[in-house]
Amino acid sequence: MKYEIVIGLETHVELNTKSKIFCSCGGHSEAKEPNDCVCPACSGMPGMLPVMNKKVVELAVTAGLMLNCEISRYTTFDKKNYYYPDLPCAYQITQLNHPICTNGLVTLKTSEGTRDVRIKQIHMEEDAGKLVHVGKASLVDFNRTSVPLIEIVTQPDFRSAEEVLVYLNKLKSMFRSGGISECEEGAMRCDVNISVRPEGSEEFGVRTEIKNMASFEAIERAIHYEAQRHMDAIEFETEELVQETRRFDDASGKTFAMRNKETEADYRYFPDANLMPIIIDDEWLEQIKAAKPVEIDEKADTYREAGISEKEIDMLIHNHNVSKLLDDVVAMGCDAKNAAGWILTDCVGILRKNGKLLGDLTITADDLAAIIKMVDSGDVNRMSGRKILTAVLEEGVDPVAYCKENGLDAKVDTSVIEGIMDRVFAENAQAIEDYKNGKVKAKQALFGACMRELKNTADTAVIKEILEKKLMDI
Amino acid sequence: MNNYTSKISDKGTIAVDDTILVKGVQAAAGSRILEGFKPLFSAEAVDRLEKAGYEMAGKTHVGEFGLDLVGEFSYYAEKQEQLKGAAAQAVADGEVKAALGVDMNGATRRAASLSGVDFLKPTYGTVSRYGIISCAASGEQLGVYAADVNGIKEVMDVIAGHDEKDGTSLKEEKYDYSTDLSVSGKKVCIVKELMEKADEDTAKKVNAYADKLRGAGVVVEEISVDMFDVANTAWQILMTAETCNNVSRYDGVKFGHRAAEYKNIDELYVNTRTEGFNFLTKAVILYGSDVLSKNRYDDCYGKSLKVRRVVAEKFAELMKKYDAVLTPVCSKTSYTAYEMDKAFGLVFEESVFTAVANLIGVPALTSGGVQLLGKAFSESVLLSLAGSAERAGE
Repeated sequence: MKYEIVIGLETHVELNTKSKIFCSCGGHSEAKEPNDCVCPACSGMPGMLPVMNKKVVELAVTAGLMLNCEISRYTTFDKKNYYYPDLPCAYQITQLNHPICTNGLVTLKTSEGTRDVRIKQIHMEEDAGKLVHVGKASLVDFNRTSVPLIEIVTQPDFRSAEEVLVYLNKLKSMFRSGGISECEEGAMRCDVNISVRPEGSEEFGVRTEIKNMASFEAIERAIHYEAQRHMDAIEFETEELVQETRRFDDASGKTFAMRNKETEADYRYFPDANLMPIIIDDEWLEQIKAAKPVEIDEKADTYREAGISEKEIDMLIHNHNVSKLLDDVVAMGCDAKNAAGWILTDCVGILRKNGKLLGDLTITADDLAAIIKMVDSGDVNRMSGRKILTAVLEEGVDPVAYCKENGLDAKVDTSVIEGIMDRVFAENAQAIEDYKNGKVKAKQALFGACMRELKNTADTAVIKEILEKKLMDI
Repeated sequence: MNNYTSKISDKGTIAVDDTILVKGVQAAAGSRILEGFKPLFSAEAVDRLEKAGYEMAGKTHVGEFGLDLVGEFSYYAEKQEQLKGAAAQAVADGEVKAALGVDMNGATRRAASLSGVDFLKPTYGTVSRYGIISCAASGEQLGVYAADVNGIKEVMDVIAGHDEKDGTSLKEEKYDYSTDLSVSGKKVCIVKELMEKADEDTAKKVNAYADKLRGAGVVVEEISVDMFDVANTAWQILMTAETCNNVSRYDGVKFGHRAAEYKNIDELYVNTRTEGFNFLTKAVILYGSDVLSKNRYDDCYGKSLKVRRVVAEKFAELMKKYDAVLTPVCSKTSYTAYEMDKAFGLVFEESVFTAVANLIGVPALTSGGVQLLGKAFSESVLLSLAGSAERAGE
């Protein structure tokens, strides 16, 4: 039987704010030691009251706008009760009844076509702390406590692990470009709800939830494992599927049951009376809309369509100046994928040799486009192009003038090349002999000798052609 | 009172309830669970008073988390035969000029009434809740004990007004606490249903007070208002739920009491809390936990939120016809010691007089052993009414 996998996601994203969600402590990224960024409020001491960080609301709304959500004009906070040592108040402040964004939609481009995924809601909440286990003791670190998160809940609209990864990568690039989140390792965590049903069936199968996975790789592996487990259970009756929460074990690549529906905790949600309802009026919403970087989502898609790799898109989206450089160069007629290679491989390589980073890139779009065009048109070869680029980056020279001054022009008269090659042939009688005896490598040696004579400037294709012709004659 | 040294005063001394933080001085809300907890900062009200030149004279005992009748069940206080409340008593004895207390379920108002001093529970949001050991955030308010209405005005003028550290604090910087507005022609109602819940002495007290008001030209009439019982039930549900939630943080992990014996985290929680809370708090935790549970939420907590809205509307309607409501504060004129296992029911019963002010956030003034309720921000009317009665008594 053929099966269809049905997946819904809950994605927690750590917001990029200077301070925590309800107090003025800095985020945990600033912390050097455990409990560095902690105050009476985020460590649960009595007497302190939560005060809303406005920036959190604005980032959550921006995320909602990027995911085509309806923005709630009236939004409230609720308390979720459970005991755990990393949760200092024994409740988490979150949103249950009036989340900040609802009913969104995101369109994914996958190898199979496109998929629309509906966003059920986005809500704001605070993160918990961290436990460090040392021998028999457990230590509590509250640096991460009350760091602002948004949780993005989708409808069960994914049908494969691939779609899930495309979605997560899309969120990641959107949120980075929008300044919503750095989306670093651990700053994006997922709960995966998964069920399996016979293809064509309308009814959902038994659903399990795999909790709290922090890497895309783990998410992908967990989905594959869990879907297979469900299919085996249905097909071969290997086990009875029950609605339950599971955890993914990275080492074994398997999921394990944590708790089922009956033993599921009752979180006793109720409204938080310390936080007044937040009213988002037209004026505020317009301000947030105006500040939203609109193009980025589409930009990532454009790059994707141009064949630029996810890793490269990531680097581009994360560096506004660099993506602008690429766009400008493309506007001047260069191929996007090729130009991305020039920037993210060649420029980065040269910068790195000088102990610099991508952010230090200073080349103008004019200079870069000039170099790329010289190479594309065959006026200079790739290696010379890199040499020119290096000079531009390190010494700030003019690429065209530098090319001429250093004789890097690839358009060498063929008669000159032929003359050089005759000399090389005369000087390398042994290599010619070897070639005649069938040693292919000898051709390479002859080619290299010619290039050395020409100081690596000539168009390699022309040299190869002449070399082939000459070898046929002997 | 646990005395501690503070700045030299030129304005007078203030006692601070154990539910209110004073930097560096143990604050335990009368509970063993917070034994040894020394706050890193003072409550906003304490700060403002100190800046204005008042001396914090010391901390006064409260019943654990302010849940009892008048403060009889503090882990730190000796058992009393006649129940009075420490802060109210300190004011009554002239030890301090005024005292700060948190009105969460009427204990402060009852204590003031029994000790013969005044207590104002101000309109919700007018005094910062920053630095109080919070239990029922949606209805608790920091209030003032003083010998008379002028003492209340003096302190309220200092402590009331916006505080950005409290998200529920209203934006106004100043409020009117006049005690000498003209009261002639003001209309006050007595609630028949509440009078029926009071004993004879108490009813007499209320009627005598009404006569004093009449003497000042106030129109007082008894009417029937069907609201106080349901308001009380709703508040007990909300209050216990919020308290259950707010005391969850006292788990032995971070500060306060920790059980000596435990084998794992669950035992640490259970043993610490078993030892740390008294019977009444445990009853409140159980009750509050129950009304929030999935199966009961809609019928209990959800419904109470609706009742809160309905009562607020009904009370507003009543206040279109009257300037204040005159009620008893307690069903009787004195309380004697009793066993804690009866406390939950007893407090529930007695709160019928006080709960409405917590539920809907309106001001309530205890003075001369009776209570005056008014609409939001009508403190000056209540203080002036009581002022006229006080002057009549002199």
